[in-house]
Amino acid sequence: MGAAGQTRFDDPWYDAPASGWGELDGTGAPAFVAPSAGRGDGDRTGGAADIYLEVQRSAAFQEVRSRYRRFVVPGVAVFFTWYVSYVVTATAAPGLMARPVTGAVNVAMLAGLGQFLTTFLFTWAYMRHARLRRDRAALELRWDTQELARGARGGER
Amino acid sequence: MTGNQQTLAVLLFSAFVAVTLGITTWVSRNRRGSAEEFYAGGRLFSPMENGFAIAGDYMSAASFLGISGLIALFGYDGLLYSVGFLVAWLVVLFLVAELVRNCGRFTLADVVAARMSERPVRIAVGTASVTVSVLYLVAQMVGAGILVALLLGGTSEATRVWTVIGVGALMVVYVSLGGMRATTWIQIVKAVLLMGGAIALTVLVLVRFHGDFDHLLRTAAERSGHGDAFLAPGLRYGGDWSARLDFISLGLALVLGTAGLPHILSRFYTVPTARAARRSVVWSIGLIGGFYLMTIVLGFGAAAIVGPDAVRRSNAAGNTAVPLLALDLGGGSGSTGGAVLFAIVAAVAFATILAVVAGITLASSASVAHDLYASLRRPRGKPRSEVAVARAAAVGTGVVAIGLGLLARDLNVAFLVGLAFAVAASAHLPVLLYSLFWRGFTTRGAVWAVYGGLVPALLLVLLSPVVSGSPGSLFPGVDFQYFPLENPGLVSIPLGFLAGWLGTVVSAQEPDAAKHAETEVRSLTGAGAV
Repeated sequence: MGAAGQTRFDDPWYDAPASGWGELDGTGAPAFVAPSAGRGDGDRTGGAADIYLEVQRSAAFQEVRSRYRRFVVPGVAVFFTWYVSYVVTATAAPGLMARPVTGAVNVAMLAGLGQFLTTFLFTWAYMRHARLRRDRAALELRWDTQELARGARGGER
Repeated sequence: MTGNQQTLAVLLFSAFVAVTLGITTWVSRNRRGSAEEFYAGGRLFSPMENGFAIAGDYMSAASFLGISGLIALFGYDGLLYSVGFLVAWLVVLFLVAELVRNCGRFTLADVVAARMSERPVRIAVGTASVTVSVLYLVAQMVGAGILVALLLGGTSEATRVWTVIGVGALMVVYVSLGGMRATTWIQIVKAVLLMGGAIALTVLVLVRFHGDFDHLLRTAAERSGHGDAFLAPGLRYGGDWSARLDFISLGLALVLGTAGLPHILSRFYTVPTARAARRSVVWSIGLIGGFYLMTIVLGFGAAAIVGPDAVRRSNAAGNTAVPLLALDLGGGSGSTGGAVLFAIVAAVAFATILAVVAGITLASSASVAHDLYASLRRPRGKPRSEVAVARAAAVGTGVVAIGLGLLARDLNVAFLVGLAFAVAASAHLPVLLYSLFWRGFTTRGAVWAVYGGLVPALLLVLLSPVVSGSPGSLFPGVDFQYFPLENPGLVSIPLGFLAGWLGTVVSAQEPDAAKHAETEVRSLTGAGAV
């Protein structure tokens, strides 16, 4: 495992993290606890399947999943509601949208440009959340899982 | 349009065709024909390259000419339409891009089939993908014929027929010879041209109005003859309740359909990791958002400078608003500057069509070869033979698209783009979200989710005013119109989700906990991703 640990960051499928994105580890993502090895009695797929179940139950994975969902579920709910209410208001109450604000700019124009602005803001927030709160932990889980899978398959890959 | 403009436009068209054919030959030299290479372009594109390619795949001529034309004719309602195309990318970014990159190999069906019994799921998802691609492709082909004839000033039947055949032949060459790598580079070149053209025109419009957006809006409203109503919703999508519901339906289809478009999903496999997929979506959101902001300036600029009456005289749908605007900004008809700008816009529009059809053809051939052929024929799994099938499927898709494009060339097919989004949202999004997020989802649920969205969407369109019962329908002579909306999304998207839930509930089979664990762990961590 030592050699694998050395070379794993040279994996061509992995683009190296920008420096300074790991400040978050201090927030206490629980470390992944490797399950005991030596369950190689089942068939190959059975072993691999057990590994995914085991990783799924681990505290580290549950933390990554809940961080993802705690951000994404409210995020989707907010922008979807905001878009649907914009479209419904524009079609059902055009009079309200036509109300002038300043100069030629009316409520409709502000709401439309607001949709653009919020889309950019949501994009930035998601990017930041993923980079700071998820990437490091997910990457560690990825390598741990692959190591385990390799072990279960008897070093066949 | 004078002969000078035409000659110049044809020269620029030819230059673009020559460059893209050059790219196709260049990238396909010394390449083994592996599936990895053909479908995913080797998976080593950078996020920025892929972001440009996604933007190139997504922004069709319908966005460049269509949306700014809508704004020029109907003011605010054109902007209302464009917002859906952008907000849709948040769905892609939040729920789909990274997870799909981590779980799949080449197509959408890979993600779903990993958890389910493979054959029925692949056949269902593959069928839906091909349906979406063909609908989108026919819309693009017919649009190409009309557009090129319009831009070259020749309205003759022969010009349009030969344009459709020429575009079809070129896309077959790009895709079958160059695969994903050539298609991606063509998208990148096109996206750069499109952004460059849009930026140049936007700057010229803003300079004309001394950077005063308020003044631009007021001039546009005055010239439109509608006054302040031009700057408020209602001119296009107002009207009776069915017209308003129709727009809400279209808006839903746009926002939820983008995340199910096969040619967009397959783009995420061209980058090495989920993180790179995320960053490519961020790039494309920046490009697409910036582009639609510029179409707002161009649309109101065309209304203010050219005037809606002149636009309508040239083309009733408003598709020539931007070319006419370019002509005026360059110095007016007959001037060299006007001719040059007009020819550039025409060439950009042509490049846009070619790139978009190539992207869709590639996605469609991947669905045919990787999902349908592999499931129906069960060959002995040699990747080499699968690529041969995919190349043949690209040729087949091209022939079908040319045939349908020629058959439909005199029909009003503007509804097809909205329909393609509605089918993608009804048949693809439910099955994709359920497989990624629902522990209890089963094979029967997956199959029902696909057909439960696909069949109602197509049936409702058959029974809608676009097919029969009104003067603008495909078959104005007959009347079997029972569904009032042109876009089925409002009904068929919930039906897709409902069918997936129902199929799962009545399923005798227990959901496979281990496979769910594998999908969940892989989707969020990237373990085992190719």
